[in-house]
Formats: sequence, C-alpha cells, structure tokens
Amino acid sequence: MRKNGFARHALIETLHTVQSSFGYLDDKAIKFVAQSLRVPLSQAYGVATFYHYFSLKPPGRHTVTICAGTACYIKGADRLIAVAEERLGVKPGQTTKDGNISLMTARCVGACSRAPVALCDGDVSGELGAAQLLEQLERWEVQ
Amino acid sequence: MTLEELEQIARSVQQENARYDYEVNVCMDLACASQGAGALRDALVQSAEASGKKVLVRKTGCMGPCSSGPLVRVDPDETFYHRVQAGDAPAIVSSLGKEPVAALQCDLSEHFEKQVRVVLENAGKIDPEKIDDYIACDGYKALMTALVEMTPSGVIHRITESGLRGRGGGGYPTGLKWSTVAKASGEVKYVVCNGDEGDPGAFMDRSVMEGDPHRVIEGMAIAAYAVGAAKGYIYVRAEYPVAVSRLTTALREARRRGLLGNGIGGTTFDFDVEIRLGAGAFVCGEETALLASIEGKRGTPKPRPPYPAVSGLWGKPTLINNVETYANVAPIVRNGGKWFFNMGSERSKGTKVFALTGRIRNTGLIEVPLGIKLSEIIEVIGGGVPGGHELKAIQTGGPSGGCIPARMLDLGVSYDALMAAGSIMGSGGMIVMDDTSCMVNVARFFVEFCMTESCGKCIPCRAGTAQMYTLLTRICTGEAELADLEMLEELCDTVRSTSLCGLGQTAPNPVLSTLKYFRNEYIDHIQHKRCPAGVCHMNVAAAKSEEVPA
Repeated sequence: MRKNGFARHALIETLHTVQSSFGYLDDKAIKFVAQSLRVPLSQAYGVATFYHYFSLKPPGRHTVTICAGTACYIKGADRLIAVAEERLGVKPGQTTKDGNISLMTARCVGACSRAPVALCDGDVSGELGAAQLLEQLERWEVQ
Repeated sequence: MTLEELEQIARSVQQENARYDYEVNVCMDLACASQGAGALRDALVQSAEASGKKVLVRKTGCMGPCSSGPLVRVDPDETFYHRVQAGDAPAIVSSLGKEPVAALQCDLSEHFEKQVRVVLENAGKIDPEKIDDYIACDGYKALMTALVEMTPSGVIHRITESGLRGRGGGGYPTGLKWSTVAKASGEVKYVVCNGDEGDPGAFMDRSVMEGDPHRVIEGMAIAAYAVGAAKGYIYVRAEYPVAVSRLTTALREARRRGLLGNGIGGTTFDFDVEIRLGAGAFVCGEETALLASIEGKRGTPKPRPPYPAVSGLWGKPTLINNVETYANVAPIVRNGGKWFFNMGSERSKGTKVFALTGRIRNTGLIEVPLGIKLSEIIEVIGGGVPGGHELKAIQTGGPSGGCIPARMLDLGVSYDALMAAGSIMGSGGMIVMDDTSCMVNVARFFVEFCMTESCGKCIPCRAGTAQMYTLLTRICTGEAELADLEMLEELCDTVRSTSLCGLGQTAPNPVLSTLKYFRNEYIDHIQHKRCPAGVCHMNVAAAKSEEVPA
C-alpha cells in the first residue's frame, strides 16, 4: 500500500499483494485494506468478488488447476475435470475435506500449444492424460 | 541517451557476441519450459564450459513451433533441434563446428517459409531480460528518431500511412485513433496497453510481452509522444506471472538507460509506464471495463460515446491499443509507412500473429502476411490434421468469433473476409477442429463462457446468454424440439442488437456461425437424438419418448 502511496485506485494491486501473501482474502483482510485505502467496504468487497482471481476461501495444501480454455476443451479437458472430480469427490472451486487438495479450473493459462494443460501447484504439465493426472493426485494424497 | 549512444551500445553488444564462435539459443517460453528447457539450458552452459569452445548460451522467448519443444537453435548455421532434453547437451556442444546431431535435427524450412516476421522479428533471437540485446537489434532507435527528427503529427501521419489496424480484434484504424486522442483537449492524457488477453486459446500477447517486452514499451512511448501523454499503463492478466516479471525488469532497465523518465533523449519529452494487474475477468478486455479496472473498480463497461479517446481514464483523453498493435509501431516508424502498407491484402495491411492450436500437427505461434489463404496456414505451416482425422472447422476470434467450415479453406485471412464469413479476426486465436468435435457442443462451450463472464450490468447479456445456454444444453442432451431452434435464433438476434458492450453483442457469434454452416448437426441432435461426433450424451428417456408417438 505504501508503494502505491495509499492511492484508492490501487485497490486491486493491494488485494493481489494480500492474496499472494496469505493465499486468500478473508473478511478481516478486506476490511483492513478498505480502511487503509479509504474506500467503502462495499467497493472493496465488490471488487474482491467480481474478479475470479480472488479467492475468499483458504486453498488446500496442494492445488490442481485444470485449464478449460478452448484448445484444452477441444483436446479433452472435460474428461480430465471429470476424472479429478471423481477421484477427489469435490467440484471445481472446492477443496477436499481434509484440506489437502483444491480442484480449480482456469479460463486459459496461455499454454494452448500443449493442450490439455493443468497446473499442479503452479507447474505446467502439458499434453496431460487422465492416468498422469491421477498419478499426481495420488502422490499428493500419500504425503 | 542519444542515437549515437544507442549505436555505441549496439556495437559493444556485437563486439561481445563476436567473441563467441557459436550461439546456442534455447527457447524458454512456457511450452518449452514445461518440458524441461530450464534444465537443458543449465546442461548446455555446463557442457559449453567443459568443452572449452567459445559458446554463448542464450535464453530466448518463443521461437514459434511449440509442438516441437524444447527447441534449440544453433547460430550461425541456423540449425534447429527439437524435443531436446538435458541429456542431449554434450552431443550438441561437441557437434559444434562439425556435422549437426542428425537424431535431433529438424527441418522447419517449410514451416517458416510462408511466414513474415515483423512483430516476432526478435523472438528467439534476444534475451528478453537484457535491454542491450534489444538495442543491438535496432531497439529504441525508432523512439529516438521520432523524438529528434519527427513532429508528433509526423509520427501519426506515418502510422496512418501504414494502414495499421487495431490488432485486439476490432480492427479500428490505429492512425485515426491516435489523431483523435492527439486532437482531444486537455493537458493530461494517458496511453494504455491492453494486455488482458482473455480469449481462451490465444497466447500471442503473452509471448510478445515475455519474449520481447521492450518492443511494447517502445511502441507505447512513441504513441505517448504522438498524442501528448506523459503516463502509460500496461494492463496485464495476473494469470501471466512471467509476463509481469519480464515487463517489470524491462521497465526498470529502460529507466536506468534513460529511455523512460524525464527528458528522454535530451528532449523535453517525459514518459513513464506503470503495470496494472488484471484479476481474471474476460470483460476487462473491453476498453471501458479495462479503464474501470485500472481505476481499481469492478470491471463493468460504460456506454459509448463518450469514447475513451475523449474521456477515458479518470475522465482524461486516453489512447488504448492492444499489445500487438504497439509491437508494430517501432518497425513502422523505422522502416516507413509504405513498407508496412505494401504487405498484406487490400484493406488489411501488414502481418498478424496467430496462436495455432487444437487438432493440428504443428501447434504454436505463427506470423503471416494478411490475405494469406487459410489452407496455407493449415496445410503448409500447420502441417495438417494428425491421426488420419478430417478437418472440420477453424475457430477464430475466441468467444466473440465464429467457426469457419473446412470447405472455405480458400478464404484469405483479413478483417473483412472473416467478418463476411460470420467470424472475426479477433486477437489471433486459431483453433483447429476435426471430426471428433461436435459443433453444437462447441457453441455451448462458448456460450457458457460468455454466460459466466458476463459482468451482469445489462439484462440482454446477463439473462440472454443464460437462456441461450439452457437451450443449447437441451439440444445437446436430446431434449429439444425444432421450435427451440427458432427461439435460439431469435434470442441470438436480441442479445446481439441490444447488449451494452462487445461481449454481449458478439456472444451469439459462435452459435450463429455454427447454425449457418453446421445446421445439420443441430438437426441431428434434435430430430434423430444423435450426436454425429459422439461427444454429447443423449438423455435416453427423452430419446425413447420421441421414438414412440403418443
């Protein structure tokens, strides 16, 4: 916030910083940011919920993000999502009960030439098959 | 910084490079990096040191043919190696000065033959984190020439003369946009770079920002000089962390070299750029929504006019162009408007970068002169559809575009021809579909995208896309009747003509174009409860009740 001179228009930048430090935005953090930047709480909350990138729930220890962009869709991303849903017992956007793995989907990560793509804790895996995806999930479950 | 100093830097880089006998360029773009290009580079550095040869190992941006990654190009011979792993490093280094490693070598001459590189001229040749590499390739020369030798109106004239049109998809003449902002009254003006590449299936802007960030900054600086702005913003998706870090490095280096800041090049021109992060909202690619997002608000569009050129960021005149548009500016200023005007087709000048993906052999980034036939892109550059499948359609323009059927491969790629075919140029995603794709399902995919990305401000888009999605879902599950098809068409017309911004106005395009060219697939789903591509799961109960007339 100091870097941006506590400017009101730096709300999104500030929320990005908070999320990258804490992993998500909780009520306390949003209130604090709104107060410090002197923006109405309604605007801060509105911005935090408008943009998909901001998460109001804590993420799991591991996150698998399956790209659901067009190229990935054409090459069978929906099957990958179905396989992961079945294995983890959660829907995209949710975290397993033990807080271990979050299943997310992305609009496009820009690695379309290697579709279908998933991000496993931020690392790109391309030309991903269902078997490879399950292997990765299993490794995380064992840990 | 003056022109002479730029030349001095360029010379010293060339002298430095001349100390080496060989240059080994490793593509470190996302696709190659995800296949071990990082370890490969380290191994090449090690092998080079151990060999005692004079080898420069350089990490570069995207070289283009991503499906062959990780890619390595050895200069001066321009030998390409594909699918290289770290273990291959010693073989490559020991082959230098001798015969190339045959097992890894690949012939990309056909792939590159039809391409013309303007925006991507430095891609795969420079280290994106070194400003001096860019300067050695005539970087910032255009900015200095513009500042010292040209008037702002002279710069605008050159851009107008080139015939450059907006590369974000709309195709608005860039020169006209610049002169509108230049004429707008007001002391404070802004230039904004739209790097919110939201189209799923497109990654051209990411590759340009990551592989040649200074090109974008130089284009923005020239634009700022032409329209009279002192401050710029680059709006980048938060999903592109590498692009953000490369741009941050590039801005820092440019400031250090005096190419940004106060009194650039010893003139009275001041300009600096700030990065703003997007946060995952497709609608922010729309210019008024993007400006709202830079101001820290929810990205909802505003009715136009007033256009941003008159009243944009914080109510000031604002110039918004796409990454690729700015990337074209420096070469145009350097080589003249005529040079650019002579490339391309009658009303679409220059080249265009496309992200070629989907069911095609050579996926990756290509740059072609406009007017090129689709068949040349698909068959020659792309290498055709693999696995004995048959080409069905080519999708351009993302969720705002349409599907062009295989029988129209003779089409020349230009703004007008694509529009006439029911699609749009868009930002440059080109997704190839074969007989394994169901066109009804594809339309449903895009409508779902627009439905969830609709900002909710206007009703036709918010409610209309949801209703379209419901109808398409009914068709895909075999629960629809022929009357639903009529309703769908009527709905498309309403959403198209009454939505507030481009997102809603173009959301029906994928449906309309598939209805136009693949109507029989819709009919198959509705009347025969059958998905010709075998993608959609038909609701069996619905199918049966249809078969037995009551």
